[in-house]
Amino acid sequence: MLDQLKETIKKALPELDFVMGWGMGFDALHATPLFMYEPEDVDKLVWGPLNIQNLATYLPSLKGKKVGIVVKGCDSRSVAELLQEKLVNRDEVVIFGMACQGTVNLTKVREIVGNTGLVEDVKYENGKLTVTADGQPHEMLLKDVRADKCGYCRFPNAVISDHFVGEERAPQVEEDTFEDLKEFESQSFEERRDFWMKEMDRCLRCYACRNACPLCVCRDHCVAQSRDPHWVSQQDGIRDKFMFQIIHATHMAGRCTNCGECERACPVDIPVLLLKRSFNRAVKNTFAYDAGLDAGATPPLLAFKVNEDNIKEKEW
Amino acid sequence: MAKYLKQDDLGSWLKELGKTYKVIAPVEEGDAVIFRPLTDERTLRIDRQATQGPKGVLFPACEELVSFKYGKDPEKPEKVTVDIQETVDAEPTLIFGSRPCDARGFDVFDNAFTKCSVKDSYYMARREQAVVVSLACTKTETTCFCNWVGGAPDGKGGSDVLLTPITGGYLVESVTDKGAALLDSPLLSEATGEHTAEAEKLLAAARESLREAPDFKCVPEQLYNLFDNMDFWEKQAAKCLSCGACTYLCPTCHCFNITDEQQGNQGSRIRSWDNCMSRLFTEEASGHNPRPTKAHRLKNRVGHKFCYFPDMHEGHIACVGCGRCIKSCPVALDIREVVTAAKECRLPEEETADD
Ligand code: SF4
Ligand code: SF4
Ligand code: SF4
Ligand code: SF4
Ligand code: SF4
Repeated sequence: MLDQLKETIKKALPELDFVMGWGMGFDALHATPLFMYEPEDVDKLVWGPLNIQNLATYLPSLKGKKVGIVVKGCDSRSVAELLQEKLVNRDEVVIFGMACQGTVNLTKVREIVGNTGLVEDVKYENGKLTVTADGQPHEMLLKDVRADKCGYCRFPNAVISDHFVGEERAPQVEEDTFEDLKEFESQSFEERRDFWMKEMDRCLRCYACRNACPLCVCRDHCVAQSRDPHWVSQQDGIRDKFMFQIIHATHMAGRCTNCGECERACPVDIPVLLLKRSFNRAVKNTFAYDAGLDAGATPPLLAFKVNEDNIKEKEW
Repeated sequence: MAKYLKQDDLGSWLKELGKTYKVIAPVEEGDAVIFRPLTDERTLRIDRQATQGPKGVLFPACEELVSFKYGKDPEKPEKVTVDIQETVDAEPTLIFGSRPCDARGFDVFDNAFTKCSVKDSYYMARREQAVVVSLACTKTETTCFCNWVGGAPDGKGGSDVLLTPITGGYLVESVTDKGAALLDSPLLSEATGEHTAEAEKLLAAARESLREAPDFKCVPEQLYNLFDNMDFWEKQAAKCLSCGACTYLCPTCHCFNITDEQQGNQGSRIRSWDNCMSRLFTEEASGHNPRPTKAHRLKNRVGHKFCYFPDMHEGHIACVGCGRCIKSCPVALDIREVVTAAKECRLPEEETADD
């Protein structure tokens, strides 16, 4: 399947500035975005559950170039959403879609391995990952270390593509029932508040969560750092830091495709996706809408309907 | 002078030191390991490199420089008065469990903040009252490259005391007089020849386990040569998200922003970390920005560490090889690769000269 993908990319490459995929990073556990300019670069392409980065993040800054992009299911939704919002032009991007088997959450691997800085080798076969670290092999099932988002993934196959390579896969679940949120919300208000105060305490205000998010497109002009006007305090109190997360989450309402990049990018493992999940559920319940499924649709909060189907204003 | 500390006595030793110093150590927090004041509720984690080094202890992510208050002169109501208070916040502090690379980061800070004509009184006050107890590395990680930039898994630069984990405890060596004072504790015993021999063996293996250090002598010159080669920098920066996580985790990055945070008639002038990966970093009041793209910004980060800083500070590279910028980068951008590519990059002129 990887060979077939390489072939397809090589064929398309002459018409494109470059194609984005994944290569092996600084060790066997870390994949890294690969920018393929020449056919030789395509030979470095890898595919597997370690291809965790969502390359759609790069697309808005590449407007004006003609590029290719390899996508998993969730990544393809980000591309669709970017197309919807006209942040990317359809004729400037060639999408190579694949069916995804799930991606690995490196924090979970660390919990098993102890120190992922000592990894020497990684093998993946039949849903089983073997990570050798400090001379010690550790076996684990992908389903035990995969990203949480993969557990409720309904779209493992690219929802939009110009070239779909390989076989389609059956989704994990039919419906996302937001079990994770329900579990979190079963706690009292105080418990939940304390949880966030504790988690946000170690936020570095580094904005990796923002820059990794494919739909956080103000980036360079973000209110969190703007100097004139000086919207948000530069202090690093928990409230100041939480304020930024709330801004991010609200700006994503109805647009967030649940790709999880914000949370994955966080160097201190703050579970910020939970906040976005809450907005995603609200949008789903209110507008019966899932972001990033139809490149022709308009996100509900970017549209205006005098009478919303699910908001029975007149009956209040 | 070398001493021995039993593993079981580590906690007591830290408690004892806690009477004189505020003890800051790497502790578990969520899934991360962060330097925090050590308390009974917190779990010390020294078996892996902390997610973020201890730089914030001496150079806080955010600190108040002065507080100010506007008022009215009761004699002349049209006149506004300003009351300004300088905030100096320094107390005896012990940093425990930094890695040798982390400690060396303070050397870089010392160069930048205390050895130039303008001294940073806030940093200096804290630095003077701080003592650094580091832990030598007997295991090196895939991202470690301290040996490329003048350090070592048992390097002593920036530390006052160096601990090496050996069977059943630690070999404790003082590096400075400040550090020697900590070794007076009755909990420590004289180290035996066996202790020192074991430590040396483990450390030799750790040094051995690092990748061979390339010769970086020509790097500053190459970086100057590549300054205007934006094609090179765009390719190197292609996958960078320009997020800045690398700089906030870096034990040597020390750029800051200053803002006035005011509510009503009072407020404070604060200094908070800034970083060259952010677009606003060098945006000028006119709107002109000398570093408009992420490629310009990556060039700045690499250039500052491997070229401009060494140029100004007797060749001292402003990277200690801790590898955090690689390990925690969301896209695994590897600064070693960028520097190596710069080193190996043949300039167009050279190629034509050869032809
Ligand atoms: S907010 Fe997080 S999950 Fe949602 S699109 Fe952005 S990165 Fe993905
Ligand atoms: S990535 Fe994490 S540490 Fe950085 S700003 Fe976001 S939540 Fe804070
Ligand atoms: S190198 Fe990595 S961590 Fe640093 S700004 Fe770029 S993407 Fe972010
Ligand atoms: S540049 Fe990277 S490797 Fe060097 S000191 Fe900073 S974080 Fe560590
Ligand atoms: S780079 Fe790695 S081996 Fe070297 S001192 Fe730092 S943590 Fe230890």
